[in-house]
Amino acid sequence: MSDPTVTGGPTGIGEPADRWGSSVSAAVPEAGIPATEPPPPDQGSIGATFVQRGDRIFRFLATGSGVFIVALIGAIGLFLLIQAVPPLLQNHANFLTSRQFEAGDPNNLSFGILDLLLVTVEVSVFALVLAMPLGLGIALFLTQYAPARVARPFGYLVDLLAAVPSIIFGLWGLFVLAPAIQPFAVWLETHLGWFFLFSPGNVGIAGATVFTAGIVLAVMILPIITAISREVFARTPRAHIEAALALGATKWEVVRMTVWPFGRAGYVSASMLGLGRALGETIALTIILAATPRIFTGSLFDGGATFASKIALSFAELNNNLSAGAFIAAGLVLFVLTFLVNAAARWVINRSGAKA
Amino acid sequence: MAKRLDLKDVNIFYGRFHAVDNVTLSVAPRSVTAFIGPSGCGKSTVLRTLNRMHEVIPGARVEGEVLLDGENIYGSSVDPVGVRRTIGMVFQRPNPFPTMSIRDNVVAGLKLQGRKSRKELDEVAERALRGANLWNEVKDRLTKPGGGLSGGQQQRLCIARAIAVQPDVLLMDEPCSALDPISTLAIEDLIAELKTEYTIVIVTHNMQQAARVSDQTAFFNLRATGEPGRLVEIDDTPKMFSNPTQQATEDYISGRFG
Repeated sequence: MSDPTVTGGPTGIGEPADRWGSSVSAAVPEAGIPATEPPPPDQGSIGATFVQRGDRIFRFLATGSGVFIVALIGAIGLFLLIQAVPPLLQNHANFLTSRQFEAGDPNNLSFGILDLLLVTVEVSVFALVLAMPLGLGIALFLTQYAPARVARPFGYLVDLLAAVPSIIFGLWGLFVLAPAIQPFAVWLETHLGWFFLFSPGNVGIAGATVFTAGIVLAVMILPIITAISREVFARTPRAHIEAALALGATKWEVVRMTVWPFGRAGYVSASMLGLGRALGETIALTIILAATPRIFTGSLFDGGATFASKIALSFAELNNNLSAGAFIAAGLVLFVLTFLVNAAARWVINRSGAKA
Repeated sequence: MAKRLDLKDVNIFYGRFHAVDNVTLSVAPRSVTAFIGPSGCGKSTVLRTLNRMHEVIPGARVEGEVLLDGENIYGSSVDPVGVRRTIGMVFQRPNPFPTMSIRDNVVAGLKLQGRKSRKELDEVAERALRGANLWNEVKDRLTKPGGGLSGGQQQRLCIARAIAVQPDVLLMDEPCSALDPISTLAIEDLIAELKTEYTIVIVTHNMQQAARVSDQTAFFNLRATGEPGRLVEIDDTPKMFSNPTQQATEDYISGRFG
């Protein structure tokens, strides 16, 4: 306690500022007591500016990394925007409402993203509708029902699903899954064809449809939803679970009273992350979805192209900046869409985080 | 309503580990029984066998009989969920359901039993909260989450939740160890009131508390680490604290304990 900056009370606090000359008047009344002593090195005084060198280096690295990722995202957005503007100015069709995407001839650009947007959203939402309940069931099984020696390997197995390359999923979808589910697809088309989702499709190739693609996508996003939900559910406080058990709750009631309210937000955000993945998935959909000149009717048995698959299919043939820019404009919309979905997921997490 | 508990030759295990050895004791209806003893002696474990909460830990099992008014709650046709509905439990740390309102916390047990009438649930909530000496403090914010209450209030909320179903027995596992002295006093007063209606078993580390609230006291101990815990003696509380039969009890109570 011999350090004058500590024993000096209020002046000790004011000292660093005094030396910068910002609070001269505050220093005057007590001048002559501790303030006249030569100020010791900064460490130890409150609000010190001295930082250890290692700390400074680490802070520089960490801040640098943070700035880098922000700058990178900004640069990607800027690149997309700059490339997209010239073709948009020469576009003969309405970019947002036109259903045709004709960008091959730079002198006659006529492209709109409506069909791409609709196919992308429908296939992703369909995948999500399939994967969400299944992912929830798996996560609950792994955390609440499965004995530990089953849960662990089973969990690894689900995680492994995320490591399967997209191209494998695409090939499997087209050559294995599509023929296998064809009878069911036909059945739906026959019996529920009056409903727009199941009306006859616009492609001749059996199985090369949104229906098949959605199921494949569901399998692909399942590990994301399952892994994150599992982590969240497993963190349900033991005290809450015991409270429910002690009241005479069955296993299912314990889940409903404690695990589900606790993990709901995490599950929703996991699903949103899965949706983000589905929206951007490229190669599997490029393989599965049949190209068609006809417009998208909204049926699951339609073919067509998503943003990503359209770009992947066409990009190799592009030979001028304007045509390329047209596709980049489509890419920009996908970028924004994914961004919005992720922002929504963040919002859901934060909102419930503040409550807990 | 308040029932009698009899333990006969109860042995408790965690997997292969023999945690508690051969406990036999009786708890009279409408009385308070305190379990005291050093940490790790198995008193909480014994308490958790009384409502079959012990077995929710993987590998845990119980041998012997626990009779609730003569009926073995470990009988082969007895549903543990049903046992827990008639034997309430209050935990060491207050654990209200964070996403539920105060009222919903109190009636959670009734809802599990399928009681849905809003009027009935409201009445029970009020009765239980009054019973837990909490009504006056929360009656204007019944729809607010229970997590917003102070620690002592949360613990009384948990007691209200446990008595809302009018259990045959109320088990309390160190209910005051996370509370300040004033909240502790409030809970002790409450225990004294509750014993007119309920059979209460309380685990406590605080010997003054055991002396204040209980009618009979059971002292648990273990011979050495790694050995199973055992019941050293059980007797009327005044006798246990003034003239215990066993030397070990006297050593523990007087603080001369290794």
